[in-house]
Amino acid sequence: MKRDFPVLFERSRAGRRGTLPPAPPEVDLASLLGGDNLREAPPRLPEVDELTVVRHYTNLSRRQVGVDTNFYPLGSCTMKYNPRVNEAASALFAELHPYQDPDTAQGALQIMYELQGYLAEITGMDAVTLQPAAGAHGELTGMLLIRAYHESRGEGEQRRVVLVPDSAHGSNPATASMAGYEVQEVPSGPDGEVDLDALRAALGPQVAAIMLTNPNTLGLFERKILELIDAAHDQGVQLYYDGANLNAIMGWARPGDMGFDVIHLNLHKTFSTPHGGGGPGSGPVGAKAHLAPFLPLPLVKREDGRYLLDYDRPQSIGRMRSFYGNFGVMVRAYVYIRMLGAEGLKKASAMAVLNANYLRKKLAEVGYRIPYDRLCKHEFIAQPPGGLKALDVAKALLDYGYHPPTIYFPLIVKEAMMIEPTETESQETLDEYVSAMAEIARRGLEDPEWIAHTPYHTPVRRLDEVAANRKPVLRWRPEGED
Amino acid sequence: MDFTPHTPDDVRAMLEALGMQELRELFADLPDAILEPELNLPAPLSEQEVLEHVSELAAKNAPAGKAFLGGGQRPHFIPSIIPALVQRGEFLTAYTPYQPEVSQGVLQAVFEYQTMIAELTALDASNASLYDGAAALAEGVLLALRQTRRMGVVVSQGVHPEYRQVLATYLHAVGAELRTVNLQDGLTPEMEFGDEIGAVVLQSPNFLGAIENPAPWIEAAHAARALVVYVADPLSLALLKPPGRWGADIAVGDGQPLGNPMNFGGPQFGYIAVREKLVRQLPGRLVSQTHDVDGRRGYVLALAAREQHIRRAKAKSNITTNAQLTALMGAMHLATLGPDGFAEVAKASVARAHALAAELIRLPGVELVTPEPFFNEFALRLPRPVQSVRALLAERGLHAAAPVSQEYGENIALFAATERHGDSDLHELVQAMGEVLS
Repeated sequence: MKRDFPVLFERSRAGRRGTLPPAPPEVDLASLLGGDNLREAPPRLPEVDELTVVRHYTNLSRRQVGVDTNFYPLGSCTMKYNPRVNEAASALFAELHPYQDPDTAQGALQIMYELQGYLAEITGMDAVTLQPAAGAHGELTGMLLIRAYHESRGEGEQRRVVLVPDSAHGSNPATASMAGYEVQEVPSGPDGEVDLDALRAALGPQVAAIMLTNPNTLGLFERKILELIDAAHDQGVQLYYDGANLNAIMGWARPGDMGFDVIHLNLHKTFSTPHGGGGPGSGPVGAKAHLAPFLPLPLVKREDGRYLLDYDRPQSIGRMRSFYGNFGVMVRAYVYIRMLGAEGLKKASAMAVLNANYLRKKLAEVGYRIPYDRLCKHEFIAQPPGGLKALDVAKALLDYGYHPPTIYFPLIVKEAMMIEPTETESQETLDEYVSAMAEIARRGLEDPEWIAHTPYHTPVRRLDEVAANRKPVLRWRPEGED
Repeated sequence: MDFTPHTPDDVRAMLEALGMQELRELFADLPDAILEPELNLPAPLSEQEVLEHVSELAAKNAPAGKAFLGGGQRPHFIPSIIPALVQRGEFLTAYTPYQPEVSQGVLQAVFEYQTMIAELTALDASNASLYDGAAALAEGVLLALRQTRRMGVVVSQGVHPEYRQVLATYLHAVGAELRTVNLQDGLTPEMEFGDEIGAVVLQSPNFLGAIENPAPWIEAAHAARALVVYVADPLSLALLKPPGRWGADIAVGDGQPLGNPMNFGGPQFGYIAVREKLVRQLPGRLVSQTHDVDGRRGYVLALAAREQHIRRAKAKSNITTNAQLTALMGAMHLATLGPDGFAEVAKASVARAHALAAELIRLPGVELVTPEPFFNEFALRLPRPVQSVRALLAERGLHAAAPVSQEYGENIALFAATERHGDSDLHELVQAMGEVLS
């Protein structure tokens, strides 16, 4: 049995130092801060030398895969390459304080102003806020805009329901609840698209909004989208676009042109900013003109050649985040858009869709089932052959050096594997992945014991999640302490 | 440059495999009426060109690495190993750790982060991070309302005004009632709470920098069976009695002072820590220790049944992406400093701020608004409009005197000092203030 990888606290030795700050001035803390206010004992942080910190985190990183190390076709997460130039560019803006005189931060404000404009152009919206810190935060912002709009028309009390397709991302219904709405699910039809008749039947004066992603989570473009949106608008219902899947259609179609009223984007998916193991991201929100007055405070505007923070927005829903949002993430997305331009964005989406369709075709050839086997967009759903479990295929993939797809989502497909290769992967990578998938299927069917116990070669093997949920251990404690 | 590896031959071969000739056929399922809009964007740039362009934009900013501005964002020294380690591609380019067998790096780092936050706050459990201090406050209050099944919230005016604005937006959405209690002489007054109040919020050191005595509020809140949400700058917890020791139920704050650059206000991270009985109400990711089939120690995302991808409309929060990489920087920072270094940095920051305040209040017409004791930020009433003072200082290459909202009074400015300010920096600011105010 291999040794456990130490927790940093276990490497601690009293008196070891990782860094020595300049000696602080000699002051009497009790008199400056008040004796009763002082901490009785210091927090028990690890005491380690600098090399130990470096080795600890470097070796932890070697127990982690990312896009930089492995093909990572995680559906709906758009794990494309994160260009390092983004990091270099954002570092140029690290030492700006949010409360410094805006006249001394004109370059930063210009980037925000121009990014607002680029994102409006790419999505077909009239105004954009960069404030939300992530996709779900953008969703909440967008739904609050819709709510404020209905309230401004005296329909706030009446419109209590938000319609969400049964294939939607889980954050959509969660967001609608946080925005104070009741959620009603709309079924998908046999073709994997929203059942238009069921949707029409659900529409009415009690409905505030429909939350959709297009292409949907099956990777399918909702072909009746224009009809659907017309039907909703006829009833005064607002259309919310979940931008998690925008990577499929940049430069090919714009949600605004489809008729959507509000949209959030994930800069950490579509616009190449790194996911960082779960953030920080950025979730800008675009709105049509009738929702723009409600956008959160502040927006960046331009007046007489100067960039300003505009707080004079009396109908605004208020603030969604401290300061101006995740500015450092915005710089990265700005750089990406400036490097690709209109043609590059269009090509990126085309290559993302080409890769997805190619992979869909090739996986079908080696025996994977494609429940909706038609032209897909940036992602598609596959099911393992012969009764194999999606979980087992995912775990076997780990031994083959691949990050698995998203599994068991969307909920409407059994044993779903949601695969999104993105545009930054080559044909060879896809071909090798198909070979691995074929071999896993063959071996798994021949030897159920083998696949049930995969992975064998990862830093740890299958973990006991039941124990973790029954009696979670959420912090390290020294031996002998409760 | 578009970062796609496809050669024209690749594209042809892959289209052929699909029985297609043209890329346009990949979009045949889109309505013609909306297909292929002209996007009006600037022409593409090479890496060299784009870096030149953003360097020009960066040159239009005056870097604030020695800013004396506060509001929970301050220039603190960041050891070189932190940017070096956090740029490891494995950390930088990973998604949320859904596959624990190949995500032990992020998962264990989060487990260690959770431990450090629990230690700092003297509470039982921390989650993996939230967007920022303001979102952490809003989520902390929503948590308290879920637990108490009440809809009333009382917040002290001493809480950062931008955090309170975010809180108001979140509470309006769920129909909760928010009441603000004004500061008296810079401190939160004692009061009692009714049985409709589920959450009581105070900040110490408060927005004006003053160290509050939270005991009366906490006692009164608990007498009304409300929960206490305590907003604390994490650096202050190096020296000050932590929220858990005061009896608070939930602690929240912004992690910028822990190894994160100011970045014009973001990204950094928000932290939240709670007492044991509230763990299952926590929003966002939680990492638990467990073991694998061979008995080796490992880590997984735990209690996912609270979360949106399982519970959908009944989730505790809609949050998915949080602030993992920036929280990791916070953990690396605390690990590098250790308990002694952390205390030394805080002590230097306190000493510098007190030295600066003592000099500035000698200037004619300048008055200390923050009652003693204060920590490393303080508010002054200036004899001139604050915006113009800040602008005149900026002309001299100094960043100080953050304008404080009118709700706290006229002509109030926020100042801060940290271990990055040496004697000569303090002297330069005092001299410039003297000139600007004369």
